[in-house]
Amino acid sequence: MDGRFASPTALVDALAATADGYRAVAGGTDLVVGSRQGKWSLPEDLVALDRIAELRGIEESAGGLRIGATTSHADLARDPAIRERWTAIADAASIVGSPATRHIGTLGGNLANASPAAETSGPLLCFEAQVEVSSTAGTRRVALDGLFGGPGRTTLHSDELIVAVDVPGLASAGSCYVRLEFRRQMEIAVVGATAVVSLDGGLVRDARIAITALAPTVRRVPAAESALVGTDGGPSAAAEAGRLAAEAAKPISDVRASLDYRRAMAAVVVRRAVTGAIARAHGETIPIPASASTFGAR
Amino acid sequence: MRYPVTLQVNGMPYPLELEPGRTLLSVLRVELGLTGSKEGCDDSECGACMVLVDGQPVNSCSYLALQSDGRDVTTVEGLASGTTLHPLQRAFLEHGGVQCGFCTPGMLISATALLAANPDPTEDEIRAGLSGNLCRCTGYVGIVAAVQSASAEVASAE
Repeated sequence: MDGRFASPTALVDALAATADGYRAVAGGTDLVVGSRQGKWSLPEDLVALDRIAELRGIEESAGGLRIGATTSHADLARDPAIRERWTAIADAASIVGSPATRHIGTLGGNLANASPAAETSGPLLCFEAQVEVSSTAGTRRVALDGLFGGPGRTTLHSDELIVAVDVPGLASAGSCYVRLEFRRQMEIAVVGATAVVSLDGGLVRDARIAITALAPTVRRVPAAESALVGTDGGPSAAAEAGRLAAEAAKPISDVRASLDYRRAMAAVVVRRAVTGAIARAHGETIPIPASASTFGAR
Repeated sequence: MRYPVTLQVNGMPYPLELEPGRTLLSVLRVELGLTGSKEGCDDSECGACMVLVDGQPVNSCSYLALQSDGRDVTTVEGLASGTTLHPLQRAFLEHGGVQCGFCTPGMLISATALLAANPDPTEDEIRAGLSGNLCRCTGYVGIVAAVQSASAEVASAE
């Protein structure tokens, strides 16, 4: 390989590099690992983002969060505000890969990789996050559901970089991300589900539900959301949301699970995510990450 | 093209010129002759290549060497002080934490990072801390016992 390499400390220099055809690398936990696995060749020209301080960090602003694109999963998982008020993001970030993956893998990379199984996508979709995207031509904001173009594909232009993710706040909310996993660590979701609920007088006023590894992109399930609104979010309401989410799922069969198994488990993980989110909205403590074992096998 | 870089490995500066696609593991092993870090799977599954970069565990097989420019890299060769083994190394020997030995450097590095962040881990925390490292001999019981023993030793020394 005879390519070029840049490691700028300012975003403007990174954008000049992407305009010149360089591809971005942050932690390399998808880009470099994929090239070692033979999924693709490492791009000839690389611009490393890990020394750009303005891209990293978590700030609270106007009741919401602004998360820099190169903030690591470990940073997200231990952030006190995220753990308290955007708990599903902490559930998800704390189970990405291994400790090494979480220290070096970044949120922007997780989104740009656009995996249908990406852990952080479901929670961010449910919190209605917006992605700030820059190039030398300027900056634009994209609703997260407009970022994913298909498995492994975003709608970004090749010279655009994800700069930050803005996550609105949500009053009286509880949230939970649950995945079905064959092992506790070094795992990706067989299927996963996120629920974010807001309560009013003990009833669900607002509900957001997303499914992971159950469609070409991580996506919301409006039918399951509207069925949950107005209920107490108890066992039968959670089961109904799960049933509707399974109906709306478009899973595939692959080496990790069959289509039928994924669809059957969609109902289970959605029910568990709803149950966890409702419990947290009531102020109950559900440990982070809210693994399947939290809810028992039932 | 090649880019100048100074790798700081186990406290020693190594000025080099490297192509962008070179991984840290290949540079450690081929250029620097530090063959303690192993190439197992070569795609971040097994952890045999684990090193510390600025104190955090990194799979060096899938990490670009140029990204470590100016950062502190610690390999298994950097754990002992002269001929005195690190408490973790001694504990691995005492508790049968070494069988074929191929995973041992990576296990020791992950365990070092774990104890730096959490000096008194529970067994579950040890298993989570070592979850990025595979032992093909399946010698996990001895490895976990070794980390428990070393954590007690490190804690009582403080």
